[in-house]
Amino acid sequence: MKCRPLWLIAASLLLVAGLLLGGCQNSAPLPFRLTNVTGHMPPLEFSLTNDQGKPVSAADYKGKVVLLYFGYTHCPDVCPLTMAHLHVVMQRLGALADGARILFVSVDPARDTPAVLHAYVNAFDSHAVGLTGKPGNIEALVKRYRSAFTREPASKDGNYEVSHSSAIYVFDRDGKPRVLSTPADSQDDLVHDLQLLLSTGVQP
Amino acid sequence: MKSFATLSLLTGLLLAGAVHATAAEHIHASHAWIRVLPGNLPAGAYVTLENDSDQAAALSGASSKTYGQVMLHQSSMQGGMSRMTMVDSLALPAHGKAVLAPAGYHLMLMQPVSPVKPGDTVRLLLKFSDGSSLPTDFIARPANALDAGDENAAKP
Repeated sequence: MKCRPLWLIAASLLLVAGLLLGGCQNSAPLPFRLTNVTGHMPPLEFSLTNDQGKPVSAADYKGKVVLLYFGYTHCPDVCPLTMAHLHVVMQRLGALADGARILFVSVDPARDTPAVLHAYVNAFDSHAVGLTGKPGNIEALVKRYRSAFTREPASKDGNYEVSHSSAIYVFDRDGKPRVLSTPADSQDDLVHDLQLLLSTGVQP
Repeated sequence: MKSFATLSLLTGLLLAGAVHATAAEHIHASHAWIRVLPGNLPAGAYVTLENDSDQAAALSGASSKTYGQVMLHQSSMQGGMSRMTMVDSLALPAHGKAVLAPAGYHLMLMQPVSPVKPGDTVRLLLKFSDGSSLPTDFIARPANALDAGDENAAKP
């Protein structure tokens, strides 16, 4: 009878060991094809306004795989091309795409109001969200990911362009940065890595 | 004698004019399309230009009754930064071609006079450095299009 507690302890220890092993298996590195940035960048954090005019933070996108892209709506060539490519990526993901959100963060808050952004992102994909906000808050997010943007000198009519980083930052469902996709990378690799992230850690 | 000389000169000039046709007469445009963005946002226009002449030519710009301003631009990538610059002209080598395509050369269309919707046809007047021009119809495509689309596709 006195043995029972010992058995219990032994059984508990085995259970704990099993859980630890299981835990280790779950955190085995995912075989990403894009540049793996796991552990090299801080978790997603921002305080911005979405295209519905509501204040949002990273916590609002917990549970979603986030694709973060910096751009501006008056950019007629590269930004829409990137968004059009991301639309194709979402289509290729099929039902898995519901677990993903494309966050298009404006680096031109002076012109990109929530209303302008709303029409813009919806012209590309239903999983896209436009984010704008105070210039300081946008700069903080840009700096957090060692990204950059520069407003170019305005022309006579007051129009101006904004040079900006072209990378797409991909975060897992916990807001941790996992991979970086650049225009030089193939679409297949982005789809592959998103499939890995979307098919793991699904909320029960 | 003087009048004969003048006549020969005139004939020569006329002949020269006939032999050296304008750049526009030797340039063929295909895959002409516009990526339409919502509201009054600037749009990008793309086209493939082929020059079947022995003479080099150059695209110097374009104009349109549908847009207040059209500019020839080039997107480029430097150190992971995407930027856009104005371009004075784009070379069209003899028996060569120039491709205006996303992430490269494009015509930036600004200030639409009236809203342009996907499916619309917009005429642009492509201008060449010899002063000639080529009216070209561009098909308006949705924001998330990647190219001119199937040319045989039924128009709405």
